[in-house]
Order: sequence, then structure tokens, then C-alpha cells
Amino acid sequence: MSVDSIIPPRAVPAPRPFAALGRWLRGLDWRPVASFAAIIAIWFAAHEFNWVRAKFLPSPVDVVNRFWFEINSGTILYDLAETLRRNIIGLAIGSGIGLALGAVLGTSRWVARIVGPTVLAQRQTALFAWVPLLSVWFGGADVGKIAFIAVAAFQPVVVNTWRGLALVPKTYRELAEALSFTRWDYVWLVAVPNALPAIFTGLHGALIYAWLATVGSELFLNIAPGLGGRLSEGSQLFEIDLLFLAIILFGLVGLFYNTLAERTEAALLRWNKR
Amino acid sequence: MTISQTLTAPARSAPARGGGAVLLSPDRLAFLKTVLWGLSFPAGLLALWWVSSAAGWLPEQILPAPPVIWQSFAELLADGSLWAHTWASLQRVAIGFAFGALFGLVFGAAAGLSATFRAYFYPPVQAVARVNVLAWMPLLALFVGIDEALKYVIIAWSTSIPIILGTARGIENVSPALKELGAALNFNTRDNLRLIVLPAALPSVFTGLREGLANAWQTLVLVELFASFEGLGYLMVWGRQLFQLELVIVSMIVIGVIGLVLNLVLLWIENLGQPWKTEAGNER
Repeated sequence: MSVDSIIPPRAVPAPRPFAALGRWLRGLDWRPVASFAAIIAIWFAAHEFNWVRAKFLPSPVDVVNRFWFEINSGTILYDLAETLRRNIIGLAIGSGIGLALGAVLGTSRWVARIVGPTVLAQRQTALFAWVPLLSVWFGGADVGKIAFIAVAAFQPVVVNTWRGLALVPKTYRELAEALSFTRWDYVWLVAVPNALPAIFTGLHGALIYAWLATVGSELFLNIAPGLGGRLSEGSQLFEIDLLFLAIILFGLVGLFYNTLAERTEAALLRWNKR
Repeated sequence: MTISQTLTAPARSAPARGGGAVLLSPDRLAFLKTVLWGLSFPAGLLALWWVSSAAGWLPEQILPAPPVIWQSFAELLADGSLWAHTWASLQRVAIGFAFGALFGLVFGAAAGLSATFRAYFYPPVQAVARVNVLAWMPLLALFVGIDEALKYVIIAWSTSIPIILGTARGIENVSPALKELGAALNFNTRDNLRLIVLPAALPSVFTGLREGLANAWQTLVLVELFASFEGLGYLMVWGRQLFQLELVIVSMIVIGVIGLVLNLVLLWIENLGQPWKTEAGNER
């Protein structure tokens, strides 16, 4: 920062916002925009000219209208909040347990030897195969859903944390040995910094899986306030605009999570550019 | 510790190569030890589970005793229903995966090879892929019904996404040095694809295929929970409804074992397809 201030400020060109906008527009790749526009046009046309029965395909206007209706007099925001609440609680529990177990697996060779293979094998069980069992153990209400979300978040975190801590490059290990690091120093100065990228990969995976599990838990377990409940409602009552709206909201939250994870990862691991 | 290990390791394994007839060479002994240690934990859990069920600490409604599960497994196997359900599930996965892999490879290759195709068609596919197939399921069910077609479409869908990404990325990331080499050698398009692009993209394509198959298996369970009248997922739902937890657990175990086997088979194919790949690549 201080280095910057020594450099004399360059002559700043007079701000010409329209020129900048023009340059940005010219620099933009129009082709993806064109295909999205084409999709929306086909959607409109399919509705307008009745290629698909209106019962199956709402017009985009209907979806927007429904959104306004839901915001003004409906419960969609409350549903979204409920869904996010379960998602975040489950994510916190699952990744917390995953980090703890992964740390133990990564630092103790004995634990890794005995418990490790079980953890890896357990990951092969399809995630949704847990739903019936968890619903018996925890019920289909809030606790069961959160338990399922936690299981989903646990799996990627534990494996990646373990890998990251255990797979320290041999050169680093030898360096630590040459410098006769204590175990504590080794963990904090070598293993943890080396593991951070992998841990973030795990947390990123957890975010995605937990969101998937959140949607799934609401579809497969008891219907409760939440986006998944609205999704089932839309498909069972044939309110197709509601169905589309719920799908779009699911996509937007997923997109938000993904972007958040990528940005955070990039910002925190700036030193890791090799 | 590690230094001394690296120094002594070759010395230890050298005589083993010489005396190949030895039943338990050090390598095999080490492998056997790893397996035994790995099995010790599940075995311990099983013993604990067994003892606590026998002593009545674990209610039957929470977790049935191992003998009950074994008995239910034997019954299902004897009357052929377990096999029928497994077969139904495997068939769905096979058909869905085949369609999904075909589409994924073609689309991914097109996106990797042609910048124009990529610019037009890649972003919409990415947008669709961002919303998990799970959320699309109720909508798809309205369009294609809840019969077999729904299962194929959904499995194919979730299969194709990692394959598209893996194929496109693999082709796109062919190292410029190799491309220059192809240009310098005056390769025609066919040779270029066969000798440079294909081998360079293969690892990424295989990763995509493996993830695709894992996805297919995951999605199978999901779609069978959603709507089905046979298959392993259905067996679970049925067991859950009858409160016969042993059915649920038997299907969970079968699902887990098949998932594990599928993954191993694909790893094996992956190594078979790329004989030049060595473990050394994993060490940075």
C-alpha cells in the first residue's frame, strides 16, 4: 500500500461512462447471450403458438407474475428461509464432524489405518440410500432432514481433510525433519498450510452436496415449510408456474453458493498460486 | 523416519523380486496387513452391534440384530426377489449411463474442439447443470411420466454432466507444446486427433466417466425413492413402510457394494486404457 503512494498519481483520463459501456459491450461475447435469448424466445413461442399444452408450460410472464404474487402475499420467502436454515444447520454439523474426524485421520497414522478404509468405503454408499434409515432413526421432520444434510456434508469434508493433511510432499516432510520441527510445529507450519486447498475443496463439495440433500430431504421426507414442499405442491396441484419458480430459486441458491465458495477459496488461497 | 524409510525400502523389496515363489513376500505381507487393519474397525463395530443387540441394549426398531439381517438377506436371495430388484436397478443404470455417456462424450468433444460450438451451446448447458437434476425431477415427471423413461432420462442427465465437463476440459487443456509439435510434424486432422488430442485428453475423459458412473448410481437410488415399483431403492422404501429395517439395511449394503465394485471396475479400465500412466505422477 505504502509503495503505491510513492508513485505519483497518473493523469486520470476524464471519466467517460458511455465510452466505457460501449467498450464493455463490444468486448462482451454475444454468442452465449444469443443462445439464452433463443431459448427464451422458443419458450415464449411454444407458449404463444401452443406447441406444448399450456398446462405443461407456463409463459415466462406467468412465472414472473407468480413470483410477485408469492413475494407480496405468499409464503415463498418464509419457505426459502426455512430451507436455508435447515441447510446451514446441517452443513455446520456435518462439516464440523468431518473436519474433526479428518484431522484425526490425517495426523494419526494408526487411526487412518484402522478407521480410514471404512470411511472410504462408506463414501461409496449412494447418499440417498441413507434417507429411509435416517427417517426411521430421526423421524421425517426437522431432525431427520438436518441429519441427512449433515451426512451429505460430512462425506466430502472428511475425505479431503484427511488427504490434505496426510499427503504432504516428501520434500516438505524431509525439510521439517532436517529442521527438527516438533510435532506441533510440523502440524501448524507444514501440514495445515499444505492441507488448506484440499480442505476448501472438501468444504466446497459439502456446500454442493448439502444443498442437494436439502432439496432431496424436502422431497422425500415429510412435507414441511420449505422450497421442496412448494416444489411438490406445484407438481401435485399442477401449478406449473409455481413449479418453475421453485426450480429457478433452487438454481439461484445453488449458483450463489457455488460462486461464494469459489470467490472465498480464491481470496483465502491467494498465496497458493504455484 | 521418512529418510531412513526411503533408504531401506528398495533394499527390503529387492530380495522379494528374486524369490518370486515365496508365498508371503514383504509386499504381499504389507498389503495383507493393510487389509486386516482396515477390516478390524468394521469387524469391531459389527461385534459391538451384535453384542448390544443380543443383550437387548439396541431396540429392534432402531437396528435389527446382525443375524436377523443375515436371515432376511438369505430369504430374499432364496426367493429370487433380491436378484430381481438388483437386476432391475442395474438395467436402469446401464441404459441411462449408456445414453448419458454417449451424449456427454459427443457434446463434450464438440465443445472442446470447436470454439464456436462452445460459445453458443456450453453456457446454457452449464446453466441447466447448475440446478441439480433432483429439482428438475418433478417437472420431468410431468413431461415424461413416472415410468421407466423418467429413470433413463434422469440417470442419463446426471451421468452426462461430469462427462461433458471432463471431455471438454481434457481437449481444451491439451498442452500447447504438443499442439506445436503436431503442427511442426504437419499432422493432418485425423492424426492430430488420434495421436495428440485423444491421448492427452484421456485422463480427464476417464475422470469424467468415473464421476458419471458414480452419479448414475447415486441418481438411480434417488429416482427409485421418488417413484418406482421395483429396484433396490423401492425395496428400501417398502422396508421402511413395513418397518422392516432389515430390508432397508440389506438394500443399503447391496447398494454400497455395487457402488464400490462399479468404481473399482472403472479404475481398472482407466489403468488399462493408459498403460503409460504411473503412480509417480501423483507425487508433486
